[in-house]
Amino acid sequence: MTEAKKKRAATKMVPAPSHGIIPERDLYERPVLEARNLGIDFGGLHAVEDFNLVIGKTEIAGLIGPNGAGKTTVFNLLTKVYQPTMGTILLNGRDTAGMNTAQANKLGIARTFQNIRLFGNMSVEDNVRIGLHNQVRYGMIPGIFRMPGYWRGEREMHERALDLLSIFDMQDLANHQAGSLPYGAQRRLEIVRALATNPSLLLLDEPAAGMNPHETEELMENITKIRDQFHIAILLIEHDMSLVMGICEGICVLNYGKIIAKGTAEEIQNNPVVIEAYLGKRKEN
Amino acid sequence: MKSKKFRANLITYAIVIAAFIACQVLISTGVMTRSLKGQLVPICAYVVMAIALNLTVGISGELSLGHAGFMSVGAFSGIVMSMWLSKGMGLDNKTVVLLAAIITGGVAAGIAGVLIGIPVLRLRGDYLAIVTLAFGEIIRNVINCLYISLDGSKLHVAFNNPNVAGKLLINGPAGATGVSKIATFGMGFALVLFTLFVVLNLIDSRSGRAIMAIRDNRIAAEAMGLNVTKYKMMAFVTSAVLAGMAGALYGLNFSTVAASKFKFDTSILVLVFVVLGGIGNIRGSIISATLLTILPELLRAFANYRMLIYAIVLILVMLATNNPTLRSMVQRIVPQKRGNKKEADEA
Amino acid sequence: MTLFLSYLINGISLGSVYAIIALGYTMVYGIAKMLNFAHGDVIMIGAYVSFCAMQYMGLPAILSVVLAMAVCTVLGIVIEGLAYKPLRQAPSLAVLITAIGVSYFLQNLALLIWGSTPKSFSSVVSVGSITLLEGQLVISGETIVTILANILIMIALTQFTSRTKFGKAMRAVSEDKGAAELMGINVNATISMTFAIGSALAAIAGVLLCSAYPTLQPTTGSMPGIKAFTAAVFGGIGSIPGAMIGGVLLGVIEILGKAYVSTELGDALVFAVLILVLLVKPTGLLGKPMREKV
Repeated sequence: MTEAKKKRAATKMVPAPSHGIIPERDLYERPVLEARNLGIDFGGLHAVEDFNLVIGKTEIAGLIGPNGAGKTTVFNLLTKVYQPTMGTILLNGRDTAGMNTAQANKLGIARTFQNIRLFGNMSVEDNVRIGLHNQVRYGMIPGIFRMPGYWRGEREMHERALDLLSIFDMQDLANHQAGSLPYGAQRRLEIVRALATNPSLLLLDEPAAGMNPHETEELMENITKIRDQFHIAILLIEHDMSLVMGICEGICVLNYGKIIAKGTAEEIQNNPVVIEAYLGKRKEN
Repeated sequence: MKSKKFRANLITYAIVIAAFIACQVLISTGVMTRSLKGQLVPICAYVVMAIALNLTVGISGELSLGHAGFMSVGAFSGIVMSMWLSKGMGLDNKTVVLLAAIITGGVAAGIAGVLIGIPVLRLRGDYLAIVTLAFGEIIRNVINCLYISLDGSKLHVAFNNPNVAGKLLINGPAGATGVSKIATFGMGFALVLFTLFVVLNLIDSRSGRAIMAIRDNRIAAEAMGLNVTKYKMMAFVTSAVLAGMAGALYGLNFSTVAASKFKFDTSILVLVFVVLGGIGNIRGSIISATLLTILPELLRAFANYRMLIYAIVLILVMLATNNPTLRSMVQRIVPQKRGNKKEADEA
Repeated sequence: MTLFLSYLINGISLGSVYAIIALGYTMVYGIAKMLNFAHGDVIMIGAYVSFCAMQYMGLPAILSVVLAMAVCTVLGIVIEGLAYKPLRQAPSLAVLITAIGVSYFLQNLALLIWGSTPKSFSSVVSVGSITLLEGQLVISGETIVTILANILIMIALTQFTSRTKFGKAMRAVSEDKGAAELMGINVNATISMTFAIGSALAAIAGVLLCSAYPTLQPTTGSMPGIKAFTAAVFGGIGSIPGAMIGGVLLGVIEILGKAYVSTELGDALVFAVLILVLLVKPTGLLGKPMREKV
């Protein structure tokens, strides 16, 4: 078993003060996310309904379900790309009602995208610098007139960007054009960029898409390493079950916009409702 | 990539400085024709306008069809300031008056930029473009109804009422008459350098990166915590200020300036400069604005056919740089101009 | 009261001209996703052709209109084929600039051929004016014909796009070019036909405009073109009923504004209303909000 899988296997999940389960080590910290009765109604179509989830402060959680189940919609709701038509989202205890995406990010939630959304024409380092935008700040005037704030800021951004890129050993690619990177590297860059925004909760949308088993193993190690190094929680959408069952401590299963099961990897794997959702009903003889 | 950009910017400054020196040499040796000398200040103004518009269109990614409005606001406020300072307050130093006028033009256009930006930047794409066009026309209409006069050292402002005390500075549709032409090529050159400094430095800074990130992928930029409205405004207002300064310089180059000088056509003219020079390519804007301002003069030989040829050239250049088949044909004949290809791929 | 009615009717008439022009803009935008800047100048060409037909060729009014429509239709198809079709894959800004080039080209061509002296356009309308309300309200023949033409065109176009094969093809290509092609629709022909219809309508608009406001110069089409373009966006670009409503409303606002607020500020008022509407309804009166996939 790899390190990542060992860590996951060692985690004990306990009931959270609010509905749900979280890792035992997070029991005395406030959960990073509490979604209560979250839902959105697109003119009659309930794309997501009655979504209840608690994520512990340093939990690696998974969101799975068949295609079209509403997983990315949940991400869009959490990051306020869509405004929920029902329910609440508490991020580190703060209600995000009425916030827009940028405000939610400043509050501590960052994400990657299903279809990669890098700034393709910018360099790898500049993409990370955008992530650092709110972490290292100087104004427009110091920037234009090259005042000391500019030089300090640029230097700090440069150092922190290279530091972040070193998680995936990408420092040497700093000056490459982001759009020219191979697919896997682009996905990793997106993760680094999101991390740069200093989130408490990192949402990864199909981070292993298009990766071979070796890359996926590496990704599992890296995600666990990120969690350990940065002490953040991670929620990922994934179809690759080896990754999900390998590192996710709590798993939430979605189908037709509703949660059909929640629990640990072992519980989910043996849940007949989940199996039916993925494979269909067992044929009666 | 860092030092490559720095070197590219250095070359741009060098080109501008070299051009200025060359012009001065031509003037002092008497080689430069009178008509070309008269074009020097307008060229500077149009170069600044083109860079300013490129900031909005190329760097921020928003199509503005009303930038002539900012030029107009800058021109008239600059003229009023220059007349007030020189005639009303008795300030003799022409350079100081010119500088004050240019700064006034910039500030006034900046205020207009903020007022217009607030509603405009909420819209997207074609709708944003149409509203900028609308504002440009509104500005033109409003200035046509403005009557400003100088009474001793006091200014009177009236709307749709020509009966104001003192000497009329701005006379409704007739515009400004009797303007002292204090604009100089030297000041124009200084303004171009200032504009370059501001825009190139902005691009290569945290705010500039934010503006470009929002242009390239608005949703991702928002997800990274960038305040979209703030940075759209920043680009738009900066662009307006620079356009206003260009307008003040331009206005103080003519003895009569009417609002009709800054029509929708002018906005389109500058947009053509920007697109031909390469959207987002600042050096390209300088070159295209200069060439295209001189071109009608050079085509004088063709008299009546001048503008027709201009139009045909414009269409052909657009086709050649954007149509894949034509582009490969042209590439085989003409060595690749670096600017165009990058912009055509980027845009 | 009668004065108000008179202004209102004139506004509807002017608005009808704008509506007919706006239809051309909106149909082309819907199908080719481009703003055909040169559209306003096709109007001008249509008016000049009709003028020449009546003045120099001695043709009766009706025939001159038909000739103008024919010339403009051909012109529209030629412009599309030479200048816009090669740029189908190009960024929209490039196509916009090319359209501007075509616009300049047409204006200067007209300048060369017909000179800058304004021509006095003789009305193509032979319908007399109606006098109502004991001689207090006079509605000119031009106004009547313009409004009727607008209504007829609207009915014809709606029937065309919903009933005929070509009309459905137009809607399909507007919706999804690639899918339409896969369904066997000849996309090139459909786009050319859209330009043809738009240009024919432009000819009608030009003739009607100059019948009511008889000065004709190479720049005559420019301002109405801008206003009609504004009207199309105002009504929701890509929407045919939107172009209708936008055009008529704009005409009414312009005339009433010039009459009751200020003649000089009439244009400014029109644009101010546009801005207000777009702030409240950012995609225009009948425009559809676009949902971006994240």
